[in-house]
Amino acid sequence: MGANPSVTVKSMRNAFADEVTQLAKADSRVVLLSGDIGNRLFDRLRAASPDQFLNCGIAEQNMMGVAAGMGLSGLRPIVYTITPFTTIRCLEQIKIDVGYHNSPVIIVGTGSGLSYASLGPTHHSLEDFAIFRAIPNLQVLAPWDAKSLRACLRMSIESSSPTYIRIGKKGETDLSADNTVPAIGDGLCLQPGKQVCILTTGTISSEAALAAKSLVQQGVSAELVLMHTVKPFSESVIGELLERFDAIVTVEEHSKVGGFGESILSLIAQRGLQKRVEVMGTSDVFMPVVGPQEYARQYFEIDADSIVRVALRVCQ
Amino acid sequence: MKSEPFSISQLEAVSKLIRFLTIRNSHLTGTPHLGSCLSCTDLLVWLYWNILRLDPQNPKASDRDRFILSKGHAAPVLFQVLAQRGFYSSDALEFYGQPGSVFGEHPPTPSHLAGIEAATGSLGHGLPMGLGMALASRITKNPYRVFAILGDGECNEGSVWEAAMMASAQKVSNLTIFVDYNKWQATGRSDEVLGLAPLAEKWRAFGWACMEIDGNSFEEIESAYSCLVKDDRPKAIIAHTVKGKGIPFMEDDNNWHYRIPTADEVRHSAEILGISADQLQLDGRKPLSHG
Repeated sequence: MGANPSVTVKSMRNAFADEVTQLAKADSRVVLLSGDIGNRLFDRLRAASPDQFLNCGIAEQNMMGVAAGMGLSGLRPIVYTITPFTTIRCLEQIKIDVGYHNSPVIIVGTGSGLSYASLGPTHHSLEDFAIFRAIPNLQVLAPWDAKSLRACLRMSIESSSPTYIRIGKKGETDLSADNTVPAIGDGLCLQPGKQVCILTTGTISSEAALAAKSLVQQGVSAELVLMHTVKPFSESVIGELLERFDAIVTVEEHSKVGGFGESILSLIAQRGLQKRVEVMGTSDVFMPVVGPQEYARQYFEIDADSIVRVALRVCQ
Repeated sequence: MKSEPFSISQLEAVSKLIRFLTIRNSHLTGTPHLGSCLSCTDLLVWLYWNILRLDPQNPKASDRDRFILSKGHAAPVLFQVLAQRGFYSSDALEFYGQPGSVFGEHPPTPSHLAGIEAATGSLGHGLPMGLGMALASRITKNPYRVFAILGDGECNEGSVWEAAMMASAQKVSNLTIFVDYNKWQATGRSDEVLGLAPLAEKWRAFGWACMEIDGNSFEEIESAYSCLVKDDRPKAIIAHTVKGKGIPFMEDDNNWHYRIPTADEVRHSAEILGISADQLQLDGRKPLSHG
């Protein structure tokens, strides 16, 4: 696609550390539980609010149970480690201790999706939406940049509902710019259009944004809508888009099985609508080779060029 | 919030009643895990009558002590304890096991039943949650205490040992656990299924203050707790117990992990426990059928 000189990138990881430091200062209920990760990242928090930071070691089942117990005792714990280890490694603790008890725990998965592509499938997280969509009480949020992450954290604490927030690592494109980050359940329309709607969630939104611009340059009126809320499913927002568009492309850095796109297909099927839809996500294989995140996105054909190709196809 | 502690003989009388009610309920409702319930009955009675600072009229008081039955399959005895302590009326248990009742094989969540702190049943969850509550006490400067009963079989779970390491690293002093060491798990001797022994040495090696006692003796329970209470480490009391304790034909017989007593066996148990005929109340109650 070529580099865009006007693009600003910010680290979601650093934004997370900064936001948590501010939140902990303002709200004594906020406690960060880290799974022995983020060397130096939380130094400011530890200096400012030493009682509100706990390194729980490499013991994620316990960490999640501890967080649930804290949530039931009036605190607002935030659990933080690399996505696979704060999700499926301690899945039953999330289902029972957090979900069933409706304990107000915020689970943050850093380096989600293919952020750690070069570390291999042990560090990829491409099944978390599918699994968490099926756990009652749990909100699932996938902010697209540093600003939307900060907003998601604040909204999660205010909601008092157990929430999973899936974030990137570093170098995420600042897509929010001066826009207000929408409330949980709402979308952000970054580019209005008429022919095709590109609906995207999480950090892959930057590829969708590049694709949307490219489509306009090719004379296609493409709308781009960013959703951070995977669950609760935004039936009104998605329903409104389905009324306006016959051609829809969904984009997520997650398996095509059980993810964001499938939730939209499900609504289309429930309503008996005839639409041209393509769900873009990772295919049902482990990626056996290494490479940077950009390479991994090309490997799974969810990069900007692939999105353009697919969008042109559904427009025809 | 708390009245005079019960004497040993008073505690023993309560234990007998709780044991009987649990056995009778198992018969009437087809609820299993009787052996597991009877081994920890004395620990529960001691905790609920003499130790826990709780107000059944205000079960969510923020300064209450927390108790977690981490071996959640012993919920049938906990349900009887909570009723006798006044968290709800004994009448509520009339619907035990009926469709729509919260009283089943495992504790529901605190939102669903007063007096419960954690919905256990999947093993290895109670200690981490209790540790979170104990740490929250420190962070919120609210000096309550946290207690939990774990099963010996439950100590198979790795999460138990993850929590054990964190509790000692964090120097958590307001957390006391009992391991109901009845020597059996579902399908075999707990020392044979996995290498559990030496259990007390394991907890000590993990940085806990630890004592071994006869967990069916109120004198020993009381004396061990008095001995450990001033220790600033997390505390583990290895309670050597007998599965099916109190009913000789059930004692140390692992069939009672799942077996349901017949009406005759309930009557026999009542005789052993000194329960009068008018407390039996078996007539006119048709046992629920469980597949």
